[in-house]
Amino acid sequence: MTELTSFTLAEARDALAKKRCSAVELAEAHLAAMEQARALNAYVLETPERARAMAQEADARIARGEARPLEGIPLAVKDMFCTAGVRTTACSHILHNFVPTYESTVTAQLWRDGAVLLGKTNNDEFAMGSSNETSYFGPVISPWRRKGSNADLVPGGSSGGSAAAVAANLCLGATGTDTGGSIRQPAAFTGIVGLKPTYGRCSRWGIVAFASSLDQAGPFARTVRDAAILLRSMAGHDPKDATSADLPVPDYEAAVGRSVKGLRIGVPKEYRVDGMPAEIEALWEQGKAWLKQAGAEIVEVSLPHTKYALPTYYIVNPAEASSNLARYDGVRYGLRVDGRDVTEMYEKTRAAGFGREVRRRVLIGTYVLSAGYYDAYYLRAQKVRTLIKRDFEACFSAGVDAILTPTTPSAAFGLGEKGGADPVEMYLNDVFTVTVNMAGLPGLSVPAGLDAQGLPLGLQLIGRPFDEETLFALGQVIEDAAGRFAPARWW
Amino acid sequence: MSVDAATVRRIAHLARIAVADDEIEHLQNELNAILAFVEQLAEVDVEGVEPMTSATPMRMKWRDDVVTDGDIAADIVRNAPASADNFFLVPKVVE
Repeated sequence: MTELTSFTLAEARDALAKKRCSAVELAEAHLAAMEQARALNAYVLETPERARAMAQEADARIARGEARPLEGIPLAVKDMFCTAGVRTTACSHILHNFVPTYESTVTAQLWRDGAVLLGKTNNDEFAMGSSNETSYFGPVISPWRRKGSNADLVPGGSSGGSAAAVAANLCLGATGTDTGGSIRQPAAFTGIVGLKPTYGRCSRWGIVAFASSLDQAGPFARTVRDAAILLRSMAGHDPKDATSADLPVPDYEAAVGRSVKGLRIGVPKEYRVDGMPAEIEALWEQGKAWLKQAGAEIVEVSLPHTKYALPTYYIVNPAEASSNLARYDGVRYGLRVDGRDVTEMYEKTRAAGFGREVRRRVLIGTYVLSAGYYDAYYLRAQKVRTLIKRDFEACFSAGVDAILTPTTPSAAFGLGEKGGADPVEMYLNDVFTVTVNMAGLPGLSVPAGLDAQGLPLGLQLIGRPFDEETLFALGQVIEDAAGRFAPARWW
Repeated sequence: MSVDAATVRRIAHLARIAVADDEIEHLQNELNAILAFVEQLAEVDVEGVEPMTSATPMRMKWRDDVVTDGDIAADIVRNAPASADNFFLVPKVVE
């Protein structure tokens, strides 16, 4: 029943409500699709028994007329979210056998609302990467290929498994985490919708911590409406996360289709970077034209500290990562490699348990926080971060409602193509997305077109803090104009 | 600023990550590439700028100073590589 897997989340919701299909049928169709798509390596753990049990419960609820907002909707969960009784590894060797005894708040809320867990998706190790090539379980292969080529492409990262699973119809939606672009960049590379909500919109409790002042959970979906539906369940205050915002959760779906007439859309001149492909430039122009046709006003804005966002990020992010990852010591959970004494045990455990990118970031972070270097690196970076945030604040206080940029500086690239010699080459992927994390703002990536090689490209909408609704309204305008994009099945 | 081989060894020890001798040069090059990249921050005028300590303006909530959780020792040691009687076991620390 391939038809069941090509539903949007909203369509599946309607079909379930009208009893045109059952939650069990929906789950079975997806489990079958997952089995046939193992070549993509999108899932690192399939949970068919749990999926069937949850789907049966959903069918019982629907039969009793007690359906909840996501009743019977099969979803995938990035392996950064702790799931009680279900192995959670962050795709790292150091957590290869970790089975949490607790559930992350975000996933608990999805199950509270009736969703069905299909499995855990692949990601870059500890979410450190932009191509999903640093995973302990091996890379994810994008469901997309260049026209006339069989070469494997990356799905982007770090949430590459979630993005590939949504794009390849292996789930109706998925969770991701975004620290510097890890939801929006893979969404753009795979032709789907991805949202990084405002910092504090979703609880971080139970998500494997990476860079705590930047991390935020968000949804992947095939339509803007589906992403809005998912966010409503994922968002909300959590007493267990002191940084989660105690603000009401709006009905985000109601904002989909809302008029954008009279909205002022900023276009930052600093995002017109050197060497930007003409196709990206053209896509951006097209995006402006679509929003203008829908009644929005386009204004040029300036975000003067944009060029410093990436270097600032590569101080703040490793610094926080090195602190957060200090907990992996071979004592309380995960891998242990024995040594002569406790220090040697720590050192051998961490050498064996961390992959190259993780080790690199922990070392950089340790260095920039070490005595004598803290002021020159970390403190200075925190000050530049204030300036980056001020750029956005100035823009919004001048009456700009949202900002439009490309999501990425290029389409997806081939496996092994980038970052082999110089790690910075890979980091440059996040040049348009990282500013948003630095400032704690919401950012939505919407598929907007295909390049000459037939690969998807995305546009990013950046909003005021906690104004995800405006992003959904604008995102729908782009989706309506651009249409939707799906890869041709080869797997 | 750039790091030399001795600094790479010192950082690795601070981070408690064993690094083999034949990895030092490669790591040193990688770290220096990243440090060269972040070097451009030196040109930003940050005079009088407050360092950012919170991504969104928020007042930290206080909760009542009471026990809200506990009695889950078995859960806490469940994933431990080595434990006994709900204690974590480590190699001998004191001779």
